[in-house]
Amino acid sequence: MYKYITRRVLQFIPMLFLVTVVVYGLAQAAPGDPMSGEILDPDIPAEVLEERREALGLNDPIPVQYWNWLSSVAVGDFGQSMHYTGRSVSELVTSRIMNTLYLSLFALAVTILVAIPIGIYSSKKPYSLLDYSATTFAFLGLATPNFFAALIAIYFFSFQLGWFPSQGTVSSVGLTGFEYFIDKLRHLILPGFTLGLASTAIYMRYLRTEMLEVMGSDFIRTARAKGLGPGSVLYKHTLRNALIPIITLLGFEFGTLLSGAVITEAVFNYPGLGTLFLNSIQNRDYPVIMAINLILAVTILVGNLLADIFYAIVDPRIRYD
Amino acid sequence: MKKDRILDVKGLKTQFKIDKTRVAKAVDNIDFYIEKGETLAIVGESGSGKSITALSIMQLIPSPPGKIVDGSIELDGIDLLKLNEKQMTETRGNDVAMIFQEPMTSLNPVFTIGTQVSEPLRKHKKMGKKEAKKQTIELLKLVGFPRAEDIFHEYPHQLSGGMRQRAMIAMALSCAPKLIIADEPTTALDVTIQAQILDLMLDMKKKTGSSILMITHDLGVVAETADRVAVMYAGQIVESASVKELFVNPKHPYTVGLLNSMPKIEQDTERLESIPGMVPPAHNFPQGCRFAPRCKHAMEQCTEALPELIEDGLNHKVRCVLYDGSGKGVSHVK
Repeated sequence: MYKYITRRVLQFIPMLFLVTVVVYGLAQAAPGDPMSGEILDPDIPAEVLEERREALGLNDPIPVQYWNWLSSVAVGDFGQSMHYTGRSVSELVTSRIMNTLYLSLFALAVTILVAIPIGIYSSKKPYSLLDYSATTFAFLGLATPNFFAALIAIYFFSFQLGWFPSQGTVSSVGLTGFEYFIDKLRHLILPGFTLGLASTAIYMRYLRTEMLEVMGSDFIRTARAKGLGPGSVLYKHTLRNALIPIITLLGFEFGTLLSGAVITEAVFNYPGLGTLFLNSIQNRDYPVIMAINLILAVTILVGNLLADIFYAIVDPRIRYD
Repeated sequence: MKKDRILDVKGLKTQFKIDKTRVAKAVDNIDFYIEKGETLAIVGESGSGKSITALSIMQLIPSPPGKIVDGSIELDGIDLLKLNEKQMTETRGNDVAMIFQEPMTSLNPVFTIGTQVSEPLRKHKKMGKKEAKKQTIELLKLVGFPRAEDIFHEYPHQLSGGMRQRAMIAMALSCAPKLIIADEPTTALDVTIQAQILDLMLDMKKKTGSSILMITHDLGVVAETADRVAVMYAGQIVESASVKELFVNPKHPYTVGLLNSMPKIEQDTERLESIPGMVPPAHNFPQGCRFAPRCKHAMEQCTEALPELIEDGLNHKVRCVLYDGSGKGVSHVK
């Protein structure tokens, strides 16, 4: 197992290299550069801009620029933002990354806490009222695009009812301790539920189907023939098998923790990695684009590795050696 | 005589609802009994209702659509059909255990053999983890695992089909049940392993004194293991007798057909005989004798009314108009 993990981690290196080459190429292929954005003052003389380009190395051939970027990243230096003058990329990213992590974990918690109990209940009483309601909800959840669900949530729960704030992560500065925590949490609720909606629907359906499938298998009949009560049969023998694919999927879900929230963050104007990423793309802020991209690639690779490790843990038939 | 019966099934009817109008009468009014320490074999083709009979005793009929609509199943004097689900849960695995046909899929893939075999002990005998483990290792040794301690920690996928069936037998034996139901326990196994498993079952029976209900379509298995046989056809018992009597003196044309379709070592035949046609579907039995459409002795009388199960006084029962109860078969049947 350790050998397997080491091998997989070593495989990350060439994959990450390829990812950076492709993304760097794509970012450069987009028209314009950090000096040609609309928001720049049109009165700035062209020579000044040209001087800045020269200073930032934007006039070098792309392979040279890439090499410069790569060699500094290799020693841990992600460089300076080209848009937010004077701010380092690491500083920008670290200021945002926790917000995104909170949001994603909140959404993941919503998914698990809602989908698993309802999925189990639906399978226990298929074709009951709750099962039909859950199915209806699941299809609505899947059919509603994230940004639309976000707008509806803002309209009802923020604009009409005024229960939750519709944007940002804090309402006023100077809050401390418990009050700060509650305020943060209130800001998480709408984007968190919106982000968790689709995956809740997927997991709920998945678990229900999986449970029903396992319930029909021979070994469940054996478990009942042994005289086990309905509780042991359902929560031990059935659930343990039905969770195998679910847990594996959750590993992949971990990989999308940081990258999944771009649109939701944008709609809620939530200062996370996603909004920073979008802005950097608009501003052609290459170092920031590359850094965020590298982080996302690493989390996705780690997530996939986790999924495979989880799989081996929950299913004794799977062995890596 | 009667109080020695460990299992006494009377008038059992198990039906499956197919749709609003049609009902499949999978088991249709059958009576049989098993005495203490006896092995009864129920033989029949696929679709004759023998497995449903077994599942009815365990009350593991998939319901809906299945339902036991009538009859009584007395296990050591207690009518199982009058028990509630909780009492039935306490009976399964404890007083009556079952071994299934498919050893490859009948064990839960995510739990160790030890966990699964010890479960009945922990549930019914309220054993602690340590005690159950000790007992389980004993059981595994008993069913022929030389390295029982290792097997205890292994998962089903690490075992062959024959080994898994041994584990299933250990599981069934764990609480020393009064009755063991074996539903085609050797069908899915290789021929050499089949013999081993049958030997093991006979050996276990001798050691534990349990009675066995052996469900099979294989007359070879019957000859090897059973004391008495009941032949099932289309949800009914058409003939029952001691094994010796049935093999020497089969009466019902269906039984005769089954015996003739077995290869015989003393006969050099090019082709084996077969019974033409198939078991009729359980929602659409023919009127009269259910075997009549396939029977070469069928007469007009056969399709008029269902023949009664007649006893000849020597505990050989047959459901056929060719026999009037005097015990003398019509000679041309043979």
